[in-house]
Amino acid sequence: MKPADIIHLAETELDAQRSYKHRINVCCSSGCIPFGALKVLKAFEDAVKEFGVQKECKVARTGCIGTCSVGPAVMIEPGNYLYQSVTPEKAREIVRDHVVLGLPVKDMLYGSKAYFEKQHRLVMKNAGKIDPYRIEDYIAAGGYSALVKCLIKMSPKDVIDEVWLSGLRGRGGAGFKIGQKWTFVARAHRSPKYIVANLDEGDPGVFANRTLAEADPHAILEGMLIAAYATEANKGYIYIRAEYPLAVDTLKKAIDKAKAMNLIGQNILETSFSFDIELRLGAGAFVAGEETAILASVEGNRANPRPRPPYPAASGLWKSPTLIDNVETLANIPQIISHGGLWFSKIGSPTCSGTKCFSLTGKVNNPGLIEVPMGITLKEVIYDIGGGVPDNKKFKAVLVGGPSGGCLPDTMLDLPIDYESLTKAGAIMGSGGIVVIDEDSCMVDTAKFFIDFCVEESCGKCTPCRVGLHKIQETYARIIGGVGKPEDIQFLRSSCGYIQEASLCGLGQTAPNPVLTTMRYFGNEYNEHILQKKCAAGKCSFKHNVKEAEI
Amino acid sequence: MTTKTVSLKIDEHEITAQEGKSILETAIENGIDIPHLCFLAGLTKTGACRLCIVELKGQAKLFASCSTPISDGMEVITNSEKLKAYRKNTIQLLLSERTHVCSVCVANKNCELQALADKLGVEHVAFEREWTSENVDSSHPFLVIDRNRCILCTRCVRVCDEIEGVHALDLKLRGKDSQIIVDFDDSWDKAASCTSCRKCAKVCPVGAIYVEGEPLSETKDTGIADFVLSRRKK
Amino acid sequence: MPTNAKTKLATMWLSGCSGCHMSLLDIDEVLLDLAKKIQLVYGPLVDIKNFPEGVDVTLIEGAVANKEQVEMLKIARERSRILIAMGDCAVTGNVPALRNSFEDSDQAVLQREFVENSDIQQTIPTDVPKLLKKVYPLHEVVKVDFFIPGCPPPAGNIAYVLTELLAGKVPLMENKSKYG
Repeated sequence: MKPADIIHLAETELDAQRSYKHRINVCCSSGCIPFGALKVLKAFEDAVKEFGVQKECKVARTGCIGTCSVGPAVMIEPGNYLYQSVTPEKAREIVRDHVVLGLPVKDMLYGSKAYFEKQHRLVMKNAGKIDPYRIEDYIAAGGYSALVKCLIKMSPKDVIDEVWLSGLRGRGGAGFKIGQKWTFVARAHRSPKYIVANLDEGDPGVFANRTLAEADPHAILEGMLIAAYATEANKGYIYIRAEYPLAVDTLKKAIDKAKAMNLIGQNILETSFSFDIELRLGAGAFVAGEETAILASVEGNRANPRPRPPYPAASGLWKSPTLIDNVETLANIPQIISHGGLWFSKIGSPTCSGTKCFSLTGKVNNPGLIEVPMGITLKEVIYDIGGGVPDNKKFKAVLVGGPSGGCLPDTMLDLPIDYESLTKAGAIMGSGGIVVIDEDSCMVDTAKFFIDFCVEESCGKCTPCRVGLHKIQETYARIIGGVGKPEDIQFLRSSCGYIQEASLCGLGQTAPNPVLTTMRYFGNEYNEHILQKKCAAGKCSFKHNVKEAEI
Repeated sequence: MTTKTVSLKIDEHEITAQEGKSILETAIENGIDIPHLCFLAGLTKTGACRLCIVELKGQAKLFASCSTPISDGMEVITNSEKLKAYRKNTIQLLLSERTHVCSVCVANKNCELQALADKLGVEHVAFEREWTSENVDSSHPFLVIDRNRCILCTRCVRVCDEIEGVHALDLKLRGKDSQIIVDFDDSWDKAASCTSCRKCAKVCPVGAIYVEGEPLSETKDTGIADFVLSRRKK
Repeated sequence: MPTNAKTKLATMWLSGCSGCHMSLLDIDEVLLDLAKKIQLVYGPLVDIKNFPEGVDVTLIEGAVANKEQVEMLKIARERSRILIAMGDCAVTGNVPALRNSFEDSDQAVLQREFVENSDIQQTIPTDVPKLLKKVYPLHEVVKVDFFIPGCPPPAGNIAYVLTELLAGKVPLMENKSKYG
């Protein structure tokens, strides 16, 4: 294939799509399949045949539409009619009324308009709209045109300049400037060079990267290809959790398709640019998402982090220069190239351009996968998009950034979501988890949950994280067991400082965040637990352990 | 190719050293003491024990001096009050993690952990001790591994892999459950790849791997890795 | 510390081998200096039955392994101004605490000692203080002011700590403490 063929293919596919009057997009992502999405898909196909409207109505299997709590979700175009909790029986009804008679089934439509109004779909623009298994769908939606643009019109330096201009920052958590990172790798004059796309999303309750891979795998591939072109890399690995079978399958087939069309491999689109992409499956360790641990795991070793320097840009995979980017970061790249860095830099907030995908979960009315412009406030996310706390319960806290994030109280709801503001408040951007907590939860218990998680997931290499976190865990067990002492507060505080500063990698350095933020914002609950042996939420048992009973 | 030299300051000492060395190596060469445990000359630097952490002027983070290369104009602080407190904390955590009873340990008086505890003034361990009952394997004709004394520094794993070239030892599990294993978690006498070279016992900083019936003072040889490497290079 | 009155010193022997008390006696000629300044008011070295009130310094050897020892230690803490853990058993648990590695160790050690290893009258005694589920170092039961580790602690270290305290100074243990 040549570059021109891509443009031709897009036109042909668009023509084919225009011949349909309706398009029924059935979400078949990991969220909706357990609700029976595949049966619903089948039912739509059968119903379309039954009513004889195959020629004017296309039924498509798509990725996530975003409303994960009311699956299976089905979107009918034109008009973006979103149906919720569709069953096979209702599918027939929808085809009959909506497609054949032109009367949308009102009582099955998704209720919250506001859910989509404040969102800004950039990375997820194709999600729920294209069939992730059809590369033609992606190309028709403008896919791979950015790669073509790079190959034909731009030098590697032009590409990096454009990324610099966009102000894009790493979406994996730390928020490192991507232009800077790419420059480091591009400047390393050693071959081979590698790219690792990080799809090891291990935080409990976070599913943004998985959803992206399931909905729009080619955006990740195209981003990697452009990154490779810019940094002159030779080989790329997508590191993905084996616990994401659907995402693995989607990506695997996407890579095969792209290879068949000469978009990955030798002399891509008959140019001198060559780049290969391979999948690497992780074995389920949270720490493997850490920059240096992921390298060890890709190499086939135990996923243990190693000290930096040397940084991966200088010495990464097999001691070669390596670029490691989160898949969400990479999925931004095609659009930055297509529309220009300046366009991108105007989205979001001045210090943080672009958007961020969040898994909005916990006690909210509309949980799901959302994409919002940077700088949006927590209040807008929780109340406007999320629809507030259900059952008239009182909002208590919001955990931003996964197990190593921070619990922020209602006084912080006006906080804009960007790297600096979150860090200042004691939370982190992390991999994009927002968990809303209501008055039924005990904050001491919540902090303990996340410490338990980090103890479980510590690789065990460095002393502060391996043993220090365990000591914090024991302290929590004492407090919740009703034998906490006033000096435990001071112990937790000093231990947290020590673990943050002395730990080897990001896991240990951020693991104390939930402890510190709950103590900072919900100190009264700690005092209640320790001094009065009282848990306002009624979660903690206060059952004494053996030792205290003895002495 | 000529090696470049860099000038740096470690505490109050002005030092010129060869580029490419780590802070800890430079300090050792110049007789400056930075406590360390997992570091061993000649082996890969893992930065695991976190005892050798130092402050660098102008940097907010702490750095493991064993793995951080020196650079021109660097100012290293090795002994601030904070670092002292953190090191004491690390030693206490290590002592509390498993079953460390010096008086009945084969390594008593030849133990790097014990020596550091004494030197840093860790006169008691504020944390509750764990009193583990991990597996002790004495099936090998003369090598014994007592996992209750292991501090997971992985010197044995590295010396077996990098110096002996065998990789008979590795880790299983993770976090505080991590254990040193022989081959595929076999009992040591069944481990086909072990050459019985004793290097693991020679470098063990504590009494976790030792030679049965031999005083540890005889077995111990922490210079072995560096020595072998020096004979290899030509 | 009043300058004229002698400092009241007590010692206590919990679960230990008495080696630390031997080490205390091993201070040799320094004992003569100490003797001028202290009055030994309680301990295995003197014949006084009850732990007196108003003790200045108490040296305690051994770990806490049974109910009676918990009581004794608490009394000592209450009635002493300065309480010192002397030796590894008191500081870490040491050998007596090795049983902590076993499940239900209180029963297990009694079973082993009085049944399995006994030739006659294989019964676990009931008229002795009840063993604790686990053996604890002193500071896990009461507040401890100073620690002199060692098995036994070097006589010089005991002398150092006592001398410093008698001089109203705080003993510093860097490069002095010694486990094992």
